Amino acid sequence: MANGSKQIVDFAKIKATMADPYKHPIQVIDREGKVVDPDTLAKYSDDQLVDFMKKMVWERTLHEQTMNFSRQGRLGFYAPTAGEEASEMGSVTAFKEQDFLAPAYRDLPQMIQHGTTVAKGFLWSKGHVEGNIHENKNMLFPQIIIGAQYVETAGVALGIKKNEDKDRVAFVYTGDGGTSQGDWYEGVNFASAFQAPAVFFVQNNGWAISVPRYKQTAAETLAQKAVAMGVPSVQVDGMDIVAVHEVSKAAREFAAAGNGPVVIETLTYRYGAHSSAGDDPSRYRTKEEEKPWFDADPLIRMRKVLTDKKLWSQDQEDKLVEQYKDDFKEAMKDAEAAPAQKVSDFLKWTYNVPTPSVKKQIAEFEAKESK
Amino acid sequence: MAKMTYIKAITSGLDQVLNDDPKTLIFGEDVGKNGGVFRTTVDLQDKYGEDRVFDTPLAESGIIGLAIGLSLTGWRPIPEIQFMGFTFEAMDGIVGQLARDHYRFGGTKNFPVTIRTPFGGGTHTAEMHADNLENYFVSTPGLRVVTPANPYDAKGMVISAVESDDPVLFLENLKLYRSMKDEVPDDKYTVPLDSAKVVREGKDLTIVAYSAEVNESLKAADALAKDNIDAEVIDLRSLSPIDTDTIFASIDKTHKVVVVQEAQKMAGVGATVASDIAEEKIMSLDAPIGRVAAPDSVYPFAQAENDWIPNADDIEAKARDIVNY
Repeated sequence: MANGSKQIVDFAKIKATMADPYKHPIQVIDREGKVVDPDTLAKYSDDQLVDFMKKMVWERTLHEQTMNFSRQGRLGFYAPTAGEEASEMGSVTAFKEQDFLAPAYRDLPQMIQHGTTVAKGFLWSKGHVEGNIHENKNMLFPQIIIGAQYVETAGVALGIKKNEDKDRVAFVYTGDGGTSQGDWYEGVNFASAFQAPAVFFVQNNGWAISVPRYKQTAAETLAQKAVAMGVPSVQVDGMDIVAVHEVSKAAREFAAAGNGPVVIETLTYRYGAHSSAGDDPSRYRTKEEEKPWFDADPLIRMRKVLTDKKLWSQDQEDKLVEQYKDDFKEAMKDAEAAPAQKVSDFLKWTYNVPTPSVKKQIAEFEAKESK
Repeated sequence: MAKMTYIKAITSGLDQVLNDDPKTLIFGEDVGKNGGVFRTTVDLQDKYGEDRVFDTPLAESGIIGLAIGLSLTGWRPIPEIQFMGFTFEAMDGIVGQLARDHYRFGGTKNFPVTIRTPFGGGTHTAEMHADNLENYFVSTPGLRVVTPANPYDAKGMVISAVESDDPVLFLENLKLYRSMKDEVPDDKYTVPLDSAKVVREGKDLTIVAYSAEVNESLKAADALAKDNIDAEVIDLRSLSPIDTDTIFASIDKTHKVVVVQEAQKMAGVGATVASDIAEEKIMSLDAPIGRVAAPDSVYPFAQAENDWIPNADDIEAKARDIVNY
């Protein structure tokens, strides 16, 4: 400060304190498995807690089995999910069947929990149209263009509001890198401007392929970005399934009651590669960085809570893993039995009413396909 | 029946679809209370309420995302992109998402979105307000691109566009908004989305044009008629798909053709029409395919616009070359 005179505004102080309301991630069970918020935990029955654990074991097994399938060449593009079980299962289970899910490519587990089948998830990965069609289930296909699902979610939420659907919201996922997209801001801002019922998740897993979270933005938290749009937001320990679920449920209730959207940042970690298509995390991050996250594993801490309560055993878990593996192998058989796709169908689906040149091409391909 | 400007005809068509279908929604920048920067949606918010006709935040990608999400919840959205130059901000929404969604869902879901946007040169706008950007969109499977050249078609086609279950990019010509009047029925009628129209019959030469260049072509045809050159003029109306049947039938009669567009010559609509003709009708031609288009520079600074946009004289000169070949 020049000559010690007081300046009209202290930007240094604003910058140093602006993240303060956002950097206290909500937690119920800490990384050692110690219950730090017993009142919240007490809201959950033993059955619910066991169900959380089962869902995380299910997702971890799905991850491991899909990595096997990928090595065998039986899947196409697939985004590994190990490490994100609490974030994904804790959030999706807070929503109801009538809620509309707009997933991105790492969100197949939530889609399956929200009502589609494992086989359809595999078909999406393998590049088959049946992997996009979820009949009467309320969901889009996994979005590839990061951010597009956010602006579309604002539209779904506005549609829900205009339809006067009661007890219904839209919910959507992206990652830490996704918050850098213009569409991220446009989606949250549109939902806010229209006070539409949407819950926006940011699964902050530390990495956008090889670019670390701190290079995406100088903002200390991603949650705080929502304040610019007039949207309440929070950070939650994304390795704590009870905390994620409790926060997601509160967000859903808030949005469904007509209070406008919410943004939730889950602090989690991508244990594996960005995708099954050749990404190698050892090129850009160290084992020293990974270890504390592996130690914070969501399954380890839940296992401890349940074991202390005598609700869980290793034997029980091993049996579940075997059962899930069998389910996934059956689902893969179903996926592999899907009918071959036809170019004539692609042409038929391009327009509702085929244009004259498309009509001609349909006839050409049908002739080829009938040979 | 009343004499109506092109812009009034569009307003009348929008009024009709808002009245007919309670699921239709008009939204965009300034379309509500202000009635649009050109007043295309004037009075519609008063008549149908803010739930049906509403302003959005100023963000084109958000506007198209909104349209897609509203389609998924049973609505029939009619978003406006204030100027066609602003569609670049929504390129993923239009080309990467909306146009592909019916296909992605294996034909099981419809996205009946009509995107209205004004384009076209000659009114001395700021940069990125007048460019003919249709060439970027006509190469997009799943998207229909149409543009009326007169008030009658403007009303009939905007109604057809909204009633279509396919996404439609509806291009409104800035210069035509208030420069021409036609008899336009007050009642509902439709004009098909995928057919060209012979707007002047002739036997010596076919001129294929669209949007503001249709009027330039008609002026050129009048000038040619003084020398007993009888030109047939076709208004494409639909840029995707192109109605080649109407063009080919005309060429079978005239055996000569000039293809006209206001956009730059490189790639695009005129090139596609010329290529379709070359592929199917080359043996019916007794002269090369003539082309009239803007030069391949970036869209000109406003002061020089009229030196750049192809006009009736350019079309007449090219027509004489082809007739005298």
